[in-house]
Amino acid sequence: MFFNSLLTNFAALEVGQHLYWQIGNIRLHGQVFLTSWILLGALLVFISLGTKKMENDPKGIQNLLEFLWDYIRDLARTQIGEKVYRDWMPFIGTLFLFVFVSNWGGALIPWRLIKLPSGELGAPTADINTTIALALLVSLSYFYAGLSNKGWRYFEYYVHPTPIMLPFKILEDFTKPLSLSFRLFGNILADELVVGVLVFLVPLILPIPVMFLGLFTSAIQALIFATLAAYYIGEAVEEHH
Amino acid sequence: MLAFNFFGATEGGLFDINATLPLMAIQVIALTYILNSLFFKPVGNVVEKREKFVSNNIIEAKNKLSEVKKLEADLLTQLQSARTEAQRIVSEAESESDKLYKEALELANNEANASKEKARLEIESQTSAARDQLSKQADELSELIVNRLILEK
Repeated sequence: MFFNSLLTNFAALEVGQHLYWQIGNIRLHGQVFLTSWILLGALLVFISLGTKKMENDPKGIQNLLEFLWDYIRDLARTQIGEKVYRDWMPFIGTLFLFVFVSNWGGALIPWRLIKLPSGELGAPTADINTTIALALLVSLSYFYAGLSNKGWRYFEYYVHPTPIMLPFKILEDFTKPLSLSFRLFGNILADELVVGVLVFLVPLILPIPVMFLGLFTSAIQALIFATLAAYYIGEAVEEHH
Repeated sequence: MLAFNFFGATEGGLFDINATLPLMAIQVIALTYILNSLFFKPVGNVVEKREKFVSNNIIEAKNKLSEVKKLEADLLTQLQSARTEAQRIVSEAESESDKLYKEALELANNEANASKEKARLEIESQTSAARDQLSKQADELSELIVNRLILEK
């Protein structure tokens, strides 16, 4: 009896339901774009406010933005290295900000109050399309970084330190985007599901610690994603001697 | 049932990959450019300008400090040489005055000795003159006495 009600509650969560937008021949997950536009719009407004009147003596939002910038620079510099980190800092920072804003926005804003005809609003990163898109961008950028910095010598990396590594290094090119996308997707979706189920089962108090845990996980996942992306790029541009 | 809901739906499901993926990728790339021009460049400029300003100021302060130290050392050596010079002048003056004192003393001594000698000589000559006169008088007197005695007889 209890198990049955649990299942119906799961169904009430509408897992795997999407708000489909049909544009010509292609179909899109509308809820992902809606939430991402709202969250990115908020992020851009916040950043515009902070950078509108830049002073040498930072105040308010500018202070926070400078802290963020410094944090992202440190992340990029430690992982990519002094030589080329300037080129990749905007990309790493965008990944970090996008994932962080998506995760936290999905966890903090009560999207469920907005009723959609199908599916429900939530973190854009809880959709596999988003995370695979991010992971493939990371793959493309580390190939691009390696090739543009070292030319064909980039492929020395595959036989470094010995040619025995070749199959493993090739396999890594597939496991890197796979692990990146599924780690983020799984963590955020699982957090949403756990909070959703708990809210359905015990609407009071009990979900709160799980929600805090979810916020923690969300921040950590953003950091992990950005750090790993930077690490892969750093690995590709690193000079072997 | 659960599995059906999760993965098996003909439309939808958790792993429903469609055009959302490339569009999301394009959106992220666009966001990268927007954030670069809106956030990373301007904030980076301000932060790096400030870092440059601070490091320049530190370098300048270090230069000034080393200059001050050099000047201090310079002044110390100058002070040292001035002190030794002063000491030298003082000791020179002391020896000079000592010498002068000694000279003056000697001169005075000599003069005193000379006048003493002169006085002694004068006294001696006067004494001998007086003695001569006295002996002459005594001779005269004795002659006179002898004459008288002879005459009376």
